[in-house]
Amino acid sequence: MSGVRVLVGTRKGAFILTSDERRKDWEITGPHFAGWEVYHLKGSPIHPERIFAAPSGGWFGQTMHRSDDGGKTWEVIGNNFGYEGDPGTHQWYDGTQHPWEFKRVWHLEPSHTDADTVYAGVEDAALFRSTDGGLTWNELPGLREAKGHLWQPGAGGMCLHTILLDPGNPNRIVTAISAAGAFRTDDGGTSWFPVTQGLKSEWELPDPDAEIGHCVHNLAMHPSRPDTIYMQKHWDVMRTDNGGKSWYEVSGNLPSDFGFPISVHAHEPETIYVVPIKSDSEHFPPEGKLRVYRSRTGGNEWEPLTTGLPQENCWVNVLRDAMSTDSLESGGIYFGTTGGQVYVSPNGGDTWETIVHDLPSVVSVEVQTLP
Amino acid sequence: MSQIRVVLPQHLRTLARSEREVRVLVAEPATQGSVIDALELRYPTLRGTIREYGSSVRRPLVRFFACGQDLSHEPPDAPLPDAVVNGQEPFLIIGAMAGG
Repeated sequence: MSGVRVLVGTRKGAFILTSDERRKDWEITGPHFAGWEVYHLKGSPIHPERIFAAPSGGWFGQTMHRSDDGGKTWEVIGNNFGYEGDPGTHQWYDGTQHPWEFKRVWHLEPSHTDADTVYAGVEDAALFRSTDGGLTWNELPGLREAKGHLWQPGAGGMCLHTILLDPGNPNRIVTAISAAGAFRTDDGGTSWFPVTQGLKSEWELPDPDAEIGHCVHNLAMHPSRPDTIYMQKHWDVMRTDNGGKSWYEVSGNLPSDFGFPISVHAHEPETIYVVPIKSDSEHFPPEGKLRVYRSRTGGNEWEPLTTGLPQENCWVNVLRDAMSTDSLESGGIYFGTTGGQVYVSPNGGDTWETIVHDLPSVVSVEVQTLP
Repeated sequence: MSQIRVVLPQHLRTLARSEREVRVLVAEPATQGSVIDALELRYPTLRGTIREYGSSVRRPLVRFFACGQDLSHEPPDAPLPDAVVNGQEPFLIIGAMAGG
């Protein structure tokens, strides 16, 4: 019988939730890496027992781990994220230039074609790649040549948090960086260019044609349509149908177009999910009602999904990497909250159940669909 | 050579898969730098967790204590106290108090 493995990163460790395809009864293990902040952990799509994890902390910095048995045991792998050559400088809060300094790994993206290849998005924003299972890491420095001197940190830090690998074209990668924008390579990571045309951030960027500085919160892509990418921006839900060359807004009837995560249904490329948050200064659901919004039309027309979710006195947030989907036939969707709850909908969002409700604050949720 | 007793904080014990106290051999004169060099050689999983890669500067919230003193701001090549060198006292690596 097939099943799912949900990888949950929290402020105080990681947890692994497993169930069969009914997704009713759950086995929970953890905390793995107890006491460490686990911004992200993610499994290899071609070797599901292989999971990469990135625990970090203020005292002892970044550590990296790999499991080859589905998270039962872990080994320490390489944690040396050295910028290529002279690290250079980027824009600082006061308008001066500031040296690039590694702080932590935000996101891991294992390759679709090679179990030993994995990408890491880090703060200060850069993209690293390992081709030896995470033992050593090398930067793809061309990304920071895409006007990196103009990038500046937002309130959450200057982090590279989203990495989309085109399953049909290993040379194309799209990344997103908070308060800097979205960037694409078509040559495997050597050269990069901003893909921000059509984004409007009038409250943050006075220049209507600014290429750099858009605060992209998350991107999502269906593997069958790599040219169509959905974006949750700081404000605005956006869509492109040409790989990012131009974007248009699809916020439609959302109660707020501010939010963090965005996901696509595993079998319906036009079905997408967001979790509206009231505003950039009030990071909680509008009216204290935790509602996932679903569009079956690729945006613009949204419906609230509420059955099984708290509809009063709920003041949690859902962070950018904390929503994910499985690829079982019924299209499951999952998300975790800063209040420590992890919810599952085994039916594409129609109804929700709580898997676990008292974890540490959830930073990331990834789902593996197991054979 | 001196055998130095080093006490690790919990998170580093987990990474090193070690006991609370470990011992490393260092050439005389034993210094903070030579002790950490020996520690990282014996436990490579600790690289980058006590000192920064590249600069080898102590991470901001790591402290070095010994003989009831905070040695964190001593230069890395300063000799360690005799009581640490002769094994009477351990060299403690501490996660700094950083609460609120």
